[in-house]
Amino acid sequence: MTLQTLRLACVRGARELFGGLDLELGAGEALWVQGPNGSGKTSLLRLLCGLAAPAAGAVHWCGRDIRHLREDFHRELLYIGHASGLKDELSAAENLRLGAQLGGRQGDDAAVQRALGHVGLARASRLPAARLSQGQRKRVALARLHLPPVPRLLILDEPFNALDRDAADQLSAALSAHLALGGIVVYTTHQADALPAQRLQVLDLQALAARRQRPC
Amino acid sequence: MLRVLAWVIRRDLRLAFMRRSDPLATAFFFVIATTLFPLGIGPEPGLLRSMAPGIVWVSALLASMLSLGRLFALDFADGTLEQMVLGAEPLPVIVIGKVLAHWLVSGLPLVLLAPLLALQFDLPAAAIGALLASLVIGTPILSLLGAIGAALTLGLRGGGVLVSLLVLPLVVPVLIFGAGAVEAQASGSDGSAHLLLLGGLLAGTAALTPWAGAAAVRIALE
Repeated sequence: MTLQTLRLACVRGARELFGGLDLELGAGEALWVQGPNGSGKTSLLRLLCGLAAPAAGAVHWCGRDIRHLREDFHRELLYIGHASGLKDELSAAENLRLGAQLGGRQGDDAAVQRALGHVGLARASRLPAARLSQGQRKRVALARLHLPPVPRLLILDEPFNALDRDAADQLSAALSAHLALGGIVVYTTHQADALPAQRLQVLDLQALAARRQRPC
Repeated sequence: MLRVLAWVIRRDLRLAFMRRSDPLATAFFFVIATTLFPLGIGPEPGLLRSMAPGIVWVSALLASMLSLGRLFALDFADGTLEQMVLGAEPLPVIVIGKVLAHWLVSGLPLVLLAPLLALQFDLPAAAIGALLASLVIGTPILSLLGAIGAALTLGLRGGGVLVSLLVLPLVVPVLIFGAGAVEAQASGSDGSAHLLLLGGLLAGTAALTPWAGAAAVRIALE
C-alpha cells in the first residue's frame, strides 16, 4: 500500500506552483505539507485525491494511476477540505449520516452518535448545522474520521483550523492511532508538531520551488 | 448502486422540502406566466385555443430554467459536490439521481398544473391529454439537458442567466415537438408522431446526460 507521485507538476494560470515532485508514502507514514499561503498546498492535496488533474506527472496508488482506479481509490480515501460539506438545514447527525453514505461507510444511528461523541458533540447532534459555531462545524466534518471502517488514506486540508486545544490534541491522537494501524495521513497545518515525528515526512513547497528555480 | 441513487433522490427531495420557496416559485411562475397571456391577448376563444399549446410549453420551458441554477450550485458552494466526486459510487449515478430529484420537485408540478391551466384556454379534452403526455415526456428532457448546462456554469458569475442562454437553444426541439403534439391533437389529427419523437429525445438525453453531467462537474471542480 503506497501513495506515490511521479514528476507531479501543478500550474495555476501561467505560474508553475511546483513541478517534478516525487513522493512516496508507505503504510504508517505521514506527510506534512508546508509552505506559505498560495504556495500550492491545497492544490497538491486536491491533486493527490484526484479532484484536479495534474499539469504533468501522475499520482499512483498501489502502483496504479488513480485516474484509472477512480471509485476503487475513493473507497480507500477520506478527504476533508476547507469546505465543510455541511447543509445548514440538517442537524449535525444527519449531515454526518449523509457524508457516511456518500463514502460507502457505516451510517447507522449508533455509529453516527459514537463518532459525534468522539469529537465532543454528542449533545449537539440534533442542532441544525446553521446554529453550530465554526469550531463545531469543523468537528462535525472531522467526525467522519471516527466512522468505521476508516479508509486507509486520509488527506486533510488544515484539519487543526478553528479547533480548540483539547480538540486538536484529540485529533492528533486519532491520527497517530490511525498511523499506528498502518494508515497513511497527508495533511497541511501551520501548527507545529501536530503529529509525533516518527515516520513523518515534511514537504516544504516553498523550498521545492526555490530549488527548481536554481538547479545546481 | 441503486441504493445510492435512491439515497441521492431522497436527500435532494428532503432538502427541497426544507427550502420550499424554490419549487413553489417555479410553480407560481408557471401559473402566472400562462395566465398573463389571456389577459394580454384578449378573450377571443379561437385565438387563445390556437395559441394555447405554444404558450403553455414556452412558459413551462422558462419556469424550468428558474431552478436549474440551484441544481448543483448549493452542493458546489458548501463542498458536498467534492465529496460526491470522491464518493464510493460512480459520479454519473449521483448526477442522474440529482436530475430525477430535480424533475420531481420542479418538473412534475408543471405537469400536474398544466391541465388546469389549459382549461383557461378552452382546449378540447383530447388536446389536454396530449398536453399532459407531451409534458410528461418533455419536462424530464428539460431537467436532463439543464443539468449539463448547470454543471458547466458552476462557479461562474451570472451563472443563472448563462444556464438559460446555454440550455434554451438546445431545448428548441422539445418545444417544437411538445407544442406540435398538442396542436395536432387540437386540430383533430393524431399527435402521437410528435410524442414518439419526444420519447426518442428523452431516451437520447437520458443516455447521454449522466456521463456529460459527470464530466462537466469534474471540470468545474478543477
